[in-house]
Amino acid sequence: MSRGDAVNGGDGASSRGRSIGDRGTAWLRTTGEDHEIVLSTRVRLARNLQGFPFSLRGAREDRERVLERVREVLPSTRLLAEATLWEMSELDPIDRRLLHERHLVSRELIGPDDGPAPAGSALALNAEGPCGLMINEEDHLRLHTLCNGMDLEAAWKHVDALDEELGGMLPFAFHHEFGFLTCCPTNVGTGLRASVLIHLPGLVLTKEINKVLQGIAQVGLTYRGLYGEGSEVVGNFFQISNQTTLGKSEDDLVDHLREIVGQVIEYEKRARAVLLREAPSVLEDKVWRAYGILRHARSLAFDEMMNLLSGVRLGLTLKLLRTPRVRTLNEIMIFAQSAHLERRAGRTLDEGDADVFRAALVRELFFTDEESAASPSESRHDAAD
Amino acid sequence: MLCERCQERNAEVHLTSIENDEMATVHLCTTCAAEQGITGSTPAPAPLADFLAQIGKSVDDPSRSEVSEPCPYCGTSSEDFRHTGRLGCPQCYVHFEGQLRGLLRRVHGSTQHVGKLYLSEASGVDDPTAHLRNLKLRLERAVELEDFEAAAELRDQIHELEGVTP
Repeated sequence: MSRGDAVNGGDGASSRGRSIGDRGTAWLRTTGEDHEIVLSTRVRLARNLQGFPFSLRGAREDRERVLERVREVLPSTRLLAEATLWEMSELDPIDRRLLHERHLVSRELIGPDDGPAPAGSALALNAEGPCGLMINEEDHLRLHTLCNGMDLEAAWKHVDALDEELGGMLPFAFHHEFGFLTCCPTNVGTGLRASVLIHLPGLVLTKEINKVLQGIAQVGLTYRGLYGEGSEVVGNFFQISNQTTLGKSEDDLVDHLREIVGQVIEYEKRARAVLLREAPSVLEDKVWRAYGILRHARSLAFDEMMNLLSGVRLGLTLKLLRTPRVRTLNEIMIFAQSAHLERRAGRTLDEGDADVFRAALVRELFFTDEESAASPSESRHDAAD
Repeated sequence: MLCERCQERNAEVHLTSIENDEMATVHLCTTCAAEQGITGSTPAPAPLADFLAQIGKSVDDPSRSEVSEPCPYCGTSSEDFRHTGRLGCPQCYVHFEGQLRGLLRRVHGSTQHVGKLYLSEASGVDDPTAHLRNLKLRLERAVELEDFEAAAELRDQIHELEGVTP
C-alpha cells in the first residue's frame, strides 16, 4: 500500500481500497430509533484462542501468530470476507488516531502517539456493514458492532452471527464453568459488553443525573465517558453498559440494558418537558447562546465545543432550533477532533491551531445546513425531526 | 443559605427532584443530607478498582489461600495477577481455579456461565473429560434442534468415549 492513499479522514472521500477514507462512520447517520437522544449502540464480544498467551502477555511472535491465524480465516467468513485488515504498524500515527476518534479501536490497540504501534495489533472493518474486529488488544479478538440510535437487538444479532462464524473456524478458549476465557476476569463468561451512548442534558440541568446514575449502579449497570473505560463525561454524553458478564445469558444482559436505558430515555424526556415548562426563557437563551457561539466563534477548544453542541442538540429536539441537522452534530463530534482536523489541514496542528481549524469547520457545517434549509428544494427533513 | 431541615448549618447539598412532573429543590446541610440518605457523590465508574479491591479482600481471607506456584504455561504468578488484575493465558483459569472462583462470585455474583456454548469440534480434544462434556452439550443442543442424525452420531461418540474413560 502506498502511504499517499491512506489519507482523507472525514471528507467523504472514496473508501475503496486500503485507504481509511470515511470508513466506519455509517453510525453517524441518523437512522436509528431515538437517535436524537441515543447517539450509538455498541455490542462487543471478547474472545481468545486456545494455545496462546493472552495478547497483553504475549511475545511479539505469539501476537503475530494470532494475527496470521485470523488473517487466514477472514476470507472464508461471510461477514468479514470483504473487510480491509489494517495492521496498526503499517498506519501512520494520524490514521491510527482517526480510527480511535471514530470509536473503532481502543487506545490500547493503537499504542502511544509518539511511539510504535504494538506488534500484531490490527483492525478488520468492512466498507459497509456494522461489524468490526480488533485483533491483539488485551484479548486476542474483540468482535464489535456499532449502530446508530438505540438498536441493541440488531447490534447483538450481528455480533452473534460474526461470533458463530469465527468460532467455527478458530479454537476459542472456553471453560465449562467460566465460559469464554478473557484476559481480565471482569469480562469472563459471555465476554459481552453492550453499551449505549446517550445524551442526557435534561437530567443534568435538573440535577437529577446523580440519582439516575446511582440507580443504574444499583441494577448492575455502569457508566463511562465518551471513549469508554477511564474517559471523562463531556457534552452530557454518557456511555451506559452492563457491569457483569458472567452468570447471565447474552439475551438477558442485552434485554436488561435495553429495559433500563428505555427508562432513562423516559426520565430524560420528562426532565426536558419540565425544563420547557418551568424555565422556558432560560432554556431558550442557553440554546441560542450555544448556537451563536458555535456559528460565529473563531477558536473552539474540544470540550467547549462539546458542551455547546449539547445545548444545540437539546434545542433541536425541543424544536427551538431548525438547523443544523442532528446528523451534522454527530459528524462534528467526530470530524472536529484533532486527528481529523490534522488530516484535513494536511499537517500536524498545535492546540491553538486546532482550535482555529475546529471553529472554521463548525461554522462551515452550520452554514451549509442553514443554506439547504433556506432553499426548499434541497431541504433535508431530518434537521427538524 | 441555611439548611431547610435544621435551620442551623449552611446548606451545601442542593437536590432537585421531579415528582409527579413537578420540580422541587431542597437545600440541606451535609449532616442532614447524610441523615436523609442523600449523598453528593456519583458512583465511581471504576470496575477495575473495585475488582482489585476484591482481590485484596480475598488475600486477607485466611480460608482462601493463594496458589503459590506460577501458571506452568505462561509463568503468571498470583502476585502478577493481583498487581495487574489480568491473567496471562487461558490455562491460568485452570491453575488459579480455586482462587478465581471466590473472586468471580464477588465480582459477577456467579461462577457459572449460562450464555452461549462454544461447541467447536476441536475444543477439548486433549482432555477426555472436557471432550465428553462437550459432546454431551452438543448432543443436548442437537436434540433441542431435532437434528436426530447428528444426535445419533454424537451418542455413538459418547458411548465410545465412555468405554475408554474410567
